[in-house]
Amino acid sequence: MLDQGVFYFFAALAILSAILVVTRRNAVQSAIFLVTALLATAGIFLNLNAEFLFIVQVILYAGGIMVLFVFVIMLVNLDVALHQVQFNRQWFVALIVSAVLAAQVAAAIAVSRRTLYTVPAAPAESLEPNTERVAFYLFHNYMLPFEIASILLLVAMVGAVVMAKKRV
Amino acid sequence: MNDTIARSILVVSLVKVVVLLFLVLTAVAYLVWFERKVAAHIQGRWGPYRVGPHGLLQPLADGVKFLLKEDATPAGVDRFLYFSAPLLTMTLAISAIAMIPFGPASIHIFGIATPLVIANISVGLLAIFAITSVGVYGVALGGWSSNSKYSLLGGLRSSAQMISYELSLTLSVVGILLLAGTFNLSELIMRQDGYTWGHLPKWNLLNPTFPQILGFFCYFVAAIAETNRAPFDLAEAESELVAGYHTEYSSFKFAMFFLGEYASMITVACLASILFLGGWLSPFPQTPGLDWTRYLPAGVLAVAGVALIIHGVRYINVFGRIALPVLGVILGALSFLCSQPGVIDDIQGPFWFLAKVLFVLFVYVWVRWTLPRFRYDQLMRFGWKVLFPVALLNVILTSLAVVMRK
Amino acid sequence: MAERYKTAGTNVETTVLGADEIILNMGPQHPSTHGVLRVKLRLDGEKVVGSECVIGYLHRGVEKIAEHRNYQQFAPYVDRMDYVAAVSNGLGYCEAVEKLLGVEAPPRARVIRTILTELQRIASHLFWLGTHALDIGALTPLFYCLREREEILKIFEKYCGARLTTHAFRIGGMQYEAYDELEKDVERFCKDFDKRVDEYEALLTENRIWVGRTKGIGVLTADAAIAMGVTGPVLRASGVQWDIRKAMPYAAYDQYEFSIPTGKSGDTYDRYLVRLEEMRQSRKICLQAIEKIPAGPILGKVGKVLKPPPGEIYHSIEGPKGELGYYIVSDGTTQPYRVRIRPPSLMNLEALDQMIRGHLVADVVAVIGTLDIVLGEVDR
Repeated sequence: MLDQGVFYFFAALAILSAILVVTRRNAVQSAIFLVTALLATAGIFLNLNAEFLFIVQVILYAGGIMVLFVFVIMLVNLDVALHQVQFNRQWFVALIVSAVLAAQVAAAIAVSRRTLYTVPAAPAESLEPNTERVAFYLFHNYMLPFEIASILLLVAMVGAVVMAKKRV
Repeated sequence: MNDTIARSILVVSLVKVVVLLFLVLTAVAYLVWFERKVAAHIQGRWGPYRVGPHGLLQPLADGVKFLLKEDATPAGVDRFLYFSAPLLTMTLAISAIAMIPFGPASIHIFGIATPLVIANISVGLLAIFAITSVGVYGVALGGWSSNSKYSLLGGLRSSAQMISYELSLTLSVVGILLLAGTFNLSELIMRQDGYTWGHLPKWNLLNPTFPQILGFFCYFVAAIAETNRAPFDLAEAESELVAGYHTEYSSFKFAMFFLGEYASMITVACLASILFLGGWLSPFPQTPGLDWTRYLPAGVLAVAGVALIIHGVRYINVFGRIALPVLGVILGALSFLCSQPGVIDDIQGPFWFLAKVLFVLFVYVWVRWTLPRFRYDQLMRFGWKVLFPVALLNVILTSLAVVMRK
Repeated sequence: MAERYKTAGTNVETTVLGADEIILNMGPQHPSTHGVLRVKLRLDGEKVVGSECVIGYLHRGVEKIAEHRNYQQFAPYVDRMDYVAAVSNGLGYCEAVEKLLGVEAPPRARVIRTILTELQRIASHLFWLGTHALDIGALTPLFYCLREREEILKIFEKYCGARLTTHAFRIGGMQYEAYDELEKDVERFCKDFDKRVDEYEALLTENRIWVGRTKGIGVLTADAAIAMGVTGPVLRASGVQWDIRKAMPYAAYDQYEFSIPTGKSGDTYDRYLVRLEEMRQSRKICLQAIEKIPAGPILGKVGKVLKPPPGEIYHSIEGPKGELGYYIVSDGTTQPYRVRIRPPSLMNLEALDQMIRGHLVADVVAVIGTLDIVLGEVDR
């Protein structure tokens, strides 16, 4: 009961914040609601006893990436954006695309109910560390994809630095 | 899970939260008093002296003053963010303390044994870092939403600074994680139990596999920067940016920033003592020859109590002549209580823990009132070109040592 | 002066701002502009690309007031210019009027004047050191400096009853005889003052942060310093050995041994070292002076009503902050026709723009501190 209540709370918070991200006129406020949405997602992770994932979500997304976002937005002159039209005339197309996407997700869930293998919920004993299991899978089973992703990110980072700085 | 047990655990936790909140807020208030006193004595002054004997009621007066001051909101602020920034800062700073274990013993509330920690979660250390990493928002948004250039510069400075030093801060404790293999703070302390090299305690600072001296240095410096204190207090560099990100804040909103800063000071000091100084473990081995060290808590309290009584009766005003001896008597009674067989073991943990935290806090204050302030670019250079490589080096050396030992 | 600002291209309002530039208004209400100085900074990020000083917030028309007071009546006013070094101001004014009158203070008065003025120099430098360190973020030296300054102010208080605006001297000499224990007090102060300076040095000189914050900051070359008319420790730190106490001795300075410390690079760190050494030299002068204070009268032959012959005079002394000059025109009446004061702070402040260009906001604070300005003197 409590678990479900917590889930619905965080889910509602996440959706509400996500809507506000799009509709807020002020970029800094949008960014803050994006942080809220990410934190609400983290809350759902915590509710599923995935503490490590929760922490990573908070540290990386809310504490790392979004801080940089906010940092950059704060530096940019916002007055221009405030006087521009926020929504252009393609909203109708966007609405159709979103509706199709929603339908697809719903269909996928409906189908997977029967076919997909569902993982049983982790035991409620919260002191059982799932950190080790994450590390194990990451560095044993998925070693190669992990390293490839790392190199890709490194290349992207170096590229960004080179492009941003005119003389290295 | 049984519903009644779950409910009573919830109630016990709530009680603990309320008690800790009260204690933390009081501690924060008296930390300000402590800092002012230490600063004053470093500078050859007396410090707060008028409100209560030795200024002991000064925190109360400050609190009342903060509450009664006019709460001015400058024109053109982003109201939502302007109001939420101080709230965010204080809430996050205080909630981080929930992860801190204050002692090994369990206490009994409503017949349920409960440890001296609110949230004993498996990733406690990471959770604290997660909370402090979100704490940047309070500073950044406070600076941005105030609609003032000084605030904006202060906010930008401190968010850049906090992001940079967070990296070194996190990296500096990786060595300890490698040695201990757990994120849980209570377990981290338990791993430091025992003695090495004769009678030196096996704290992580003196870990026999690889002493975390480099790590401690990095942690300490990064923690000062992370809490925006001198010599890294660029965010609020009074002589340059007036008061930095909280220039435009007044009254209780300012007090929230203030409380947040001191609460996070307490957090990092607690963390320093847990990670490097053995937390609640006594520095003396419990061998028969050193058995008397178990009476140290009682002894310290007794000496303090007697000193207060002797000094109190000669105090300059009547209030002090009454209040100080009464305080001394209370300390004496506590000392007696602490020497009783039932309590003496329970009190060891919290005593040593608090002693270490107080020591770390003292060093903090000491540093602040001694050193000049870094310039912004120097700070960044130091953070990225000195602190970060040293922390990295510590990680590499520690992991090598761990591998060699295996 | 306005002309010079325009040709130097520093007038912020007339210059078009770059895309990344903002204007930061520093002061007049700012904790580290040392009073009511207002500096308009044009910033690129945190880098200073231009600046303009706005002064006059403390203007009281001291020079104009002089024209409506007689010579003795104006003497207390000069104390209020550089209120951190009132004794030096008084000395300059009294000597200027004496020169105009053609009288000389008796030897005893001159020696005591020297002692008090040198003590005042130490006090002024102490105050500078404390506030300068405070600006750079070292909060504690201020209290150590004020502790020693307090001793000096106590000597002043014992001598003339006032601590800050002393009005210690009179035209033609001094009004009060030195109190009995003056020598002893000065000796006691000087005895452990050297150790105190060592204490400040222990806190700052070798401190990596301090060196990092001051070395190479606000460099003023010797040529630029001379061109801007900068004087005092700021000039000497740039390597120019110019000290009016040696070049054109006044009071009793020709009788004493002391050296003029100079710097090499003309940066904030050198100015810090120069001033510290100057304090040591001042102490040396005081010790020499108290050894033999000549006996005799303390007030020269000046009448009750001062009527200097028509003419003009310029007399300058080496104040703690630089050349403090008085230009007095007399029309033969009891009131000066015109008094023009050359305040060292104002001239030194003009170099600010050159010194802070290309540095960061934090350095602006350090440079304002190192110039050792007193706004009461800048604005008069």
